[in-house]
Amino acid sequence: MATIRIDQQEYTVRDGDNLLQTCLSLGLDLPYFCWHPAMGSIGACRQCAVLQYQNEEDQRGRLVMGCMTPVSDGAIFSLQGDKAQRFRKTIVESLMLNHPHDCPVCAEGGECHLQDMTVMTGHRDRSYRGRKNTHRNQYLGPLIHHEMNRCITCYRCTRYYRDYAGGTDLAAMAAHDHIYFGRHEDGVLESEFAGNLVEVCPTGVFTDRQLVHQYTRKWDLQSAPSVCTACAVGCNIVVGERYGKVKRVHNRFNAEVNGYFLCDRGRFGAGFVNLESRLEFPALRRPDGRYDALDHHRALEHALRAMEAEKVAAVGSPRASVEANHLLRLLVGNARFYPGWSRGEQGAAIRAMELLRDTEATVPDLAQIETADAVLILGEDVTNTSPRVALSLRQAVRNRARDMAGELRLLPWQDAAIRNLAQDTRNPLHIAAVSNTRLDDVAASHTCLAPPDIARLGAAVLEELLPGEGQHFGDPTVDALAQQIARDLRQAKRPLIIAGAGYGNTTIMEMAAELAAALCHGGCEAMLSLCQGEANSMGLALLTGTGGARVHRLEDMIVQGDIDTLLVLENDVERRCSRRGFKLLRKHVKTLITLDSLDTATTSLSDLVLPTASFAESEGTLVNHAGRAQRYFPAFPPANERRPAWFWLLALAHERGIEATSRLHQFDEITRHCAASIPALAGITEAAPRSQFRAHGLRVPRQTHRYSGRTAMRAALSVHEPKQPQDEETPLAFSMEGSQRDTPGALLPYFWSPGWNSNQSLHRYQKAVGEPLRGGTAGSRLLYRQGHATLERAAMPGAFEPRENQWYLVPRHAIFGSDELSALSPPLRELTHPAWLEITPAAAQALQVIDGDGLIIENERLRGYRLEVRINPSLVAGCAAYSAGHAGTFGLLPGEWVTLQKDPDWQRREPAVIASDRGGVA
Amino acid sequence: MLKSLRSQLTTLWTILSHTFTRAETVQYPEQKPYLAPRYRGRIVLTRDPDGDERCVACNLCAVACPVDCIALQQDVREDGRWYPEFFRINFSRCILCGMCEEACPTNAIQLTPDFEMCEYDRNNMVYEKEHLLIDGPGKYPDYNFYRVSGLAISGKDKGEAQRELPPIDVKSLLP
Ligand code: SF4
Ligand code: SF4
Ligand code: SF4
Ligand code: SF4
Ligand code: FES
Repeated sequence: MATIRIDQQEYTVRDGDNLLQTCLSLGLDLPYFCWHPAMGSIGACRQCAVLQYQNEEDQRGRLVMGCMTPVSDGAIFSLQGDKAQRFRKTIVESLMLNHPHDCPVCAEGGECHLQDMTVMTGHRDRSYRGRKNTHRNQYLGPLIHHEMNRCITCYRCTRYYRDYAGGTDLAAMAAHDHIYFGRHEDGVLESEFAGNLVEVCPTGVFTDRQLVHQYTRKWDLQSAPSVCTACAVGCNIVVGERYGKVKRVHNRFNAEVNGYFLCDRGRFGAGFVNLESRLEFPALRRPDGRYDALDHHRALEHALRAMEAEKVAAVGSPRASVEANHLLRLLVGNARFYPGWSRGEQGAAIRAMELLRDTEATVPDLAQIETADAVLILGEDVTNTSPRVALSLRQAVRNRARDMAGELRLLPWQDAAIRNLAQDTRNPLHIAAVSNTRLDDVAASHTCLAPPDIARLGAAVLEELLPGEGQHFGDPTVDALAQQIARDLRQAKRPLIIAGAGYGNTTIMEMAAELAAALCHGGCEAMLSLCQGEANSMGLALLTGTGGARVHRLEDMIVQGDIDTLLVLENDVERRCSRRGFKLLRKHVKTLITLDSLDTATTSLSDLVLPTASFAESEGTLVNHAGRAQRYFPAFPPANERRPAWFWLLALAHERGIEATSRLHQFDEITRHCAASIPALAGITEAAPRSQFRAHGLRVPRQTHRYSGRTAMRAALSVHEPKQPQDEETPLAFSMEGSQRDTPGALLPYFWSPGWNSNQSLHRYQKAVGEPLRGGTAGSRLLYRQGHATLERAAMPGAFEPRENQWYLVPRHAIFGSDELSALSPPLRELTHPAWLEITPAAAQALQVIDGDGLIIENERLRGYRLEVRINPSLVAGCAAYSAGHAGTFGLLPGEWVTLQKDPDWQRREPAVIASDRGGVA
Repeated sequence: MLKSLRSQLTTLWTILSHTFTRAETVQYPEQKPYLAPRYRGRIVLTRDPDGDERCVACNLCAVACPVDCIALQQDVREDGRWYPEFFRINFSRCILCGMCEEACPTNAIQLTPDFEMCEYDRNNMVYEKEHLLIDGPGKYPDYNFYRVSGLAISGKDKGEAQRELPPIDVKSLLP
């Protein structure tokens, strides 16, 4: 702690912080541009100038940059000093010499840090009378809009894009006042995290391309705290709505999970909520195959009649909330509830849950991942399955740089100095995967092995850590690598093992868990992270559990048939079973009832469809891959007869007279019932405050205090203004009434503070800059370090033996396209590719195909699969990698052997306009 | 006594003489009063000197409006111009305060000297863009936002706005 004086006022502050950070933490206004809480200082913009005085006698003081000045005991500063104020005002003016007259047509306006800082410094009239520099914009893909004229050359974009996110295709070009931030030529930005530029750039250079059309200003958005549903990481997001459409997704700071950044799948993946194809009314199938719209009373009547049949079963979903799955299971009984995973997914999801539940190692949140000092990724293409984890890993490998800096007594925010010092020194990151991954550029080693061999590599590393039966890999280079990995892990204080369900191989995950356990026994703080498939995979696994009823597989259930009425909850059965299974679905099921927010192949088969509200229109709890339960809240009420899934299911359960649900009426009660009846989920009630929660007696408003157009929005329908919709289920209000004072972190619908209209206002909500939210970190951890990992050494898995003329199938995930929900979002649809199969150049030669040709995939189970060929030189010999989650590969299972042959009738596709291939294929 | 009598008579005379002066009240509605051009009455949306819609759908009028009676939705036209897809004023709420006009950065929204907006049905007080948009530039004949702004639209490329230099060639090595 240090005592400093700012403008004659004494403050006790944390030693070693920079003055800018300190001032912001103290609630003082000091303008800045180039400093970013997650990226530190470089002193480029000169905006944060303050006066520093030598001692009491010093009357003149000298100008220093706040962000570059460490606070130390006894230091004397002045923010208000005339010289400092004039300097800052002049700096803003000079930064804006060439700034265009754009605010009204700028998608940053109203939440522009440059606007805020200009007002803060008091600059008003430009004195420059000369002509302004102009630039041409670039096409940067369907996600990001570029308007280079607005740049103030703060360098935040390149520092974020290159230094923080590891991108290579955005840079500062040219010199002096010609400087230009962009790509070497037009094209899609390659980084999976490019979307954060929208929030990082303090001006309107990089804006959300989707939002530039049908734009809405920040003050006009009705927002709610939400959780990203595009993968199992569960990043916290803010969903903003206007006129019944989701307009945008922004980052919602959570110190433990996503911090300041999201991935592009999450940021741009919510567009499916606005799809025209989504049903607004229940639909009843007529004999001629067309559908009639019903109101919800009649829909429920039909559903109830169908449920009177003898054999009623239900299919849950890893993308539906814990509450909806819980109700569905109560509705049909445990024995007739199928979790809704495919054959490949089910084992992996349940096993991952067990391993994490029982492990002695720490199951890290992203913030803890960033503290790792040695990482081993066993068979998971993290960037494409749990993208945000990859960004955290890029920070983890920089811990050594911070240690080096610490030795020289550099401070952690002295970014340029630390990067200069460390150059390419990184913490060891070892990757074993079936082909190249997007993290290879920061990895100490990356090895391409078939999934069974990846498990063997794990076993070989384990052998090095805990010598046992002499289980070696057998290949001298791999064994040497195993030694190296073991050495790195053993030397680390916080080693991290990452595996996951990506390859559908449970042995790899078990090996990872054993490695983590061995490291724990070695006395260090080992961490184990297992990536999973969907937003609520973990929640569903905890709900289903291992014990109790036999866990059924969806496809077996369908093939065995013999079901009168089947209820499907937010699940597209086509994605989960083979083509044959899906065909049999219609034959073996008399009445198919689907509850879904999307229009899927399954809804098109159903006799009755009950339209559910999407995550942006309803509330629910999701459990992320690390076992953190998080609540999402509706940003706007669902239109027409759309209802939250829990609402439909509760109504059905009441009508059916299900005893357990008779006292449940509200969402909170379902959550509590679920927590009370399933011990593994006991913590979900803590994920967010209950609906009765009030801070200072008030609700939390979803609308800003300057929400405009309230008396005109609906006037086209009628001038008589209805009451604001009431929200019985959450502590938030669909209006501007209420207060954000002392709002818990889980309930914050947007960030705003007087004078700080941009997202930079976040620091006003944090305990101190960069620290957790004052209202507490959202979510509750369900998996503590409670396991005791009995070290039961698994046998060395069998080696992978390539076969003659047969290929071993492995799933290949794509950040855009493998996830069901985000792949439907219009901007991402542009970046997804039709299903494909990757093979090695040798295989291509043997099969006489080239890139873009077609292949027929067959074995005794599979018929009629035709996929486009992509040649991937880094792929392991003997394997063929299919694009997971793409229409065209549904039903393919990891680890199957197939034969391939050239498809003579294949029509080659026209080359796509968007050139950049994000698959990481070298 | 005489003094007060004189006062009385003067008063009578003054009042009688007013009978022959011009009346200030007018026979509204047969007779219309004069309203200055800057009078704050019915709102219109104007066009720029080129005849194109001036409003860029920036939402500033809507946020300035104390009774929140303006609602609109932005979109971008093929030629790059921002424009309101719909623009609605609920005149049954409007207090004709003129804040919207003050806020408008493009001089698009203007109040006019017309206050005769009575309707039997309140719903008819809701004006859409088609009711608001007039053919001329209104009170400001010269201002053309897109000639000042840096946004490129068809017919005005980067560097062609007022006081702009031609776009920089990033690849040039010249200082
Ligand atoms: S970047 Fe900010 S200051 Fe510049 S035009 Fe956009 S809103 Fe205005
Ligand atoms: S583009 Fe934005 S972030 Fe990059 S230097 Fe310019 S103003 Fe800063
Ligand atoms: S005149 Fe006043 S009340 Fe009427 S629309 Fe404009 S700002 Fe709103
Ligand atoms: S302030 Fe002017 S330009 Fe902006 S939306 Fe209103 S009328 Fe249009
Ligand atoms: S913020 Fe301090 S110099 Fe830019």
